[in-house]
Amino acid sequence: MKGFLVLRIVAKMLIPYILVFALYVQFHGDYSPGGGFQAGVIAAAAIMLYGLIFGLPSARRLVPDAVVETMVGLGVLIYAGVGLVGLALGGNYLDYFVLARDPVAGQLRGIFWVEIGVAITVSGVMLKIFYMFAGRRRRDDTR
Amino acid sequence: MAVLTVGVAVQRNLFSVVILSGIYSFLMATVLVALDAVDVGMTEASVGAGVSSVLLLGALTLCGGEEAKPLNRRWLPLLLAAVIVGALVYGTLGLPGFADPNAPIHMVVAPRYLERAVTETGVPNVVTAVLASYRGYDTLGETTVVFTAGAGVIALLRRRRRAAKGAK
Repeated sequence: MKGFLVLRIVAKMLIPYILVFALYVQFHGDYSPGGGFQAGVIAAAAIMLYGLIFGLPSARRLVPDAVVETMVGLGVLIYAGVGLVGLALGGNYLDYFVLARDPVAGQLRGIFWVEIGVAITVSGVMLKIFYMFAGRRRRDDTR
Repeated sequence: MAVLTVGVAVQRNLFSVVILSGIYSFLMATVLVALDAVDVGMTEASVGAGVSSVLLLGALTLCGGEEAKPLNRRWLPLLLAAVIVGALVYGTLGLPGFADPNAPIHMVVAPRYLERAVTETGVPNVVTAVLASYRGYDTLGETTVVFTAGAGVIALLRRRRRAAKGAK
């Protein structure tokens, strides 16, 4: 779809805002609707839009497969790691009260990292599935 | 939404089916927003209408746009669907009335969450507080499910790629 001028211009204008909105949903999720899951999906959708308009190879150059696959596992590790940190600091598994001196600050910190973990895994998985589906056709064609 | 559902069932062209289900998802998201479940509505709009439409369209380019001809015996699926609908409707009769303040779900932990979530976690959005803190284990499991889905897709599709390479 590289030939469509309007699509390209509109996508170029939209994608930065989609990414910023994803960050907003991620970090403002404490105060407004949203959170890690939604932010991850929105960020992945921005990259998908890029891939649809400018072609899969350029999307793969922007966010390489190795990065995506690392993200898939890294998010779960962050989430589980927060639980282990709580364990190490003398609390229960996934106990956020011990993460900071002030229990409320500990809660905020725990929720923050947990949401980041969710966002990373979700956007990694979405992007990976998109790459897999979109990439198969091309391989069949080249064969 | 009912019209859209009938359209999805009747339509033989899979491209229209994908678009119709995308519209259905958007309507569902507006319903959820009307029910004050903005978090869920957001998820429905982004996942149901956005990402899954793109993925289904990607799958369509792989397998062609027309639905296969139906089998001869069409009454059995219809009967099955009717039975399941009957069972579900019968089940809803046992549920408490809509927005009934005395429903069991509002009696046990929900008031405690609503009263103390802000002071205990410092997070004004109670949905986030419940998801990430009170129900942290559930969300960890959920994230693991997403991870497993991704790992499954990677395992299935990549093996096919290797097999194709070996066959060459």
